[in-house]
Amino acid sequence: MRILELLSTAWTSVSTHKLRSFLTILGVVIGVAAVIILMSVGKGATAQIVSNFTSLGTNLIYVQPGSSSEGNVRGGFGSATTLTLEDSEAITETIANLSGVAPYSTSMSQVITGTENMMVRITGVTPDYQMVFNAEAINGDFITEYQYTRKSKVALLGSEVATTLFGEDDPVGQKIRMNNNIFTVVGVLKSTGSSTQNSTDQIILIPLTTLQGMMSRSLTTTGDHIVSQIVLEVSDKKYIDQVKEEVTQLLQERHEIEWGEDDDFSISTMDELLSSITESTQTMTILLGAIAGISLLVGGIGVMNIMLVSVLERRREIGIRKALGARERDIWGQFLVDSALLTFAGGIIGVIIGWGGSFLVNYTGLMTTQVTADIVILAVAVSVGIGLFFGFYPAWQASRLDPIQALRSE
Amino acid sequence: MNVIELHGITKSYAMGKRELRVLQGVDLSVEKGEMLAIMGASGSGKSTLLNVIGLLDRPTTGSYLLDGKEVSKLNSKELSLIRARKIGFIFQTFNLLPFLSAIKNVELGQRYAGIKDSVAAREALVRVGLEERIRHRPSEMSGGEQQRVAVARAVAKSPPIILADEPTGNLDSHSSREIMEILSILSVEQEMTLVMVTHDNNIAHYCQRIIHIQDGQIIKEENL
Repeated sequence: MRILELLSTAWTSVSTHKLRSFLTILGVVIGVAAVIILMSVGKGATAQIVSNFTSLGTNLIYVQPGSSSEGNVRGGFGSATTLTLEDSEAITETIANLSGVAPYSTSMSQVITGTENMMVRITGVTPDYQMVFNAEAINGDFITEYQYTRKSKVALLGSEVATTLFGEDDPVGQKIRMNNNIFTVVGVLKSTGSSTQNSTDQIILIPLTTLQGMMSRSLTTTGDHIVSQIVLEVSDKKYIDQVKEEVTQLLQERHEIEWGEDDDFSISTMDELLSSITESTQTMTILLGAIAGISLLVGGIGVMNIMLVSVLERRREIGIRKALGARERDIWGQFLVDSALLTFAGGIIGVIIGWGGSFLVNYTGLMTTQVTADIVILAVAVSVGIGLFFGFYPAWQASRLDPIQALRSE
Repeated sequence: MNVIELHGITKSYAMGKRELRVLQGVDLSVEKGEMLAIMGASGSGKSTLLNVIGLLDRPTTGSYLLDGKEVSKLNSKELSLIRARKIGFIFQTFNLLPFLSAIKNVELGQRYAGIKDSVAAREALVRVGLEERIRHRPSEMSGGEQQRVAVARAVAKSPPIILADEPTGNLDSHSSREIMEILSILSVEQEMTLVMVTHDNNIAHYCQRIIHIQDGQIIKEENL
């Protein structure tokens, strides 16, 4: 009841000074809108990255060469040469509950057709690659087991590579030249969108055996075949930890790693990758929000400024109310509710504008944005909090006015 | 029974290094239902005396019994409460809130006393003859009408004491007479005590008693 009365009085005073009220909350409106737009961009980016990764399936385990220990200097991705095709074969033979094992190797190479040439990343793969990476040949076929064992010189083109090399022509059956070898194009991969990290649009897939035959340094000192990475697909998510454990043990045995020594490989699951990626994008989101939050703070100072002016302007009203028996607490509460109502209104308008803005950003296709309930609630709560915080001092000043002085003022 | 009883009330303000003594020992008793006028030249201390009686200002020394209760030592919260329940103010400049309608202004007078009675508020406006102006804002009313709203605001919470500071100072003689007649009737009907500051002799003669103040002291008392 009392709250309702306070709110209705506050509403009266806010709506009698429409222009001033609007100017007061403009800073809060802009601040809240900025927070919502920037945080929705951050959230959208996170969501997009997560969906890119999960589109590959969350049952994946990545085995990479190199030390997993932190703090040591680590070479670039794939720079270590400790992982081999033989490791991969051993995994296939001994580890249960795997539905796919996809070792691969990459190499940059010049690709030449009759009229075009370009530098492309060549990835040597096994037939399992198709299933593990959800790769799909929209035109032609994927590399077969037969082509793999025969070290056939066949190539699958990423969609962008195909367009660059052959334009509108059908590439299937055409010849391309890489490292002085002639390859026959057997298919074109379905486009996965060039912005995603796992895009296959700009690469060429050939049989791993073929690639190793072409590369100069493809063997370890013991004669094993080096691969860049082995990706395992587990048949069911519940086996992930078990498989990770077994693979670690197997590779430790094969690589003769003693107790207490650092592993020369690292194993991470899709979940682990996802959580480290979302962690960093969340940090970015919070950072963006904090930057926008500064403008909200400036808006709050604007509110305090106007509230102080408003206290001066309404001295007479304060005097009248005090003469009628208002306690300091009544006056104080009144001004506090006033400024909280103002900034609450600012918050709501800011949410609407921010929501619209983030929708527009999404609509233009520049960035994916996502407005979530928690951002909206946070922004509105923060703006009310700002009203209370920055309204506190003016309200206190108002409550301390001497009624006789206040009544005398014009 | 005395509603207001002042004994040896002094009030001084520090004016730089000098002390300005506005009230220099005032003794005054006002009975329930009495109408009292305080007269005096400007600067005589009559407004300060009214502020002390209205609990807007604390006396420097002296005792003040309001309805039999000592109030000169109360804190500002307790004073607010007594002001809300027992005292109705009427000002020279009306002091209505410009953004509120007549009825809302009257209800505001009740609110701090913890009363919410829109029937009584409406009745108060009817009694001052403003039943057709209930939803009007102060800017849409004449001075006399505004002061009648202020009277309604003061009496709507049925306080034992009404304090009026030059209630007719801004009004023409016709409106002044109307206001004084309303106040006289209310004072009799509701047994309200009225203390009024004025320098208009005609207005003062609506009261039963007039006291004259000069240099912070009561110098003359007339019973009419």
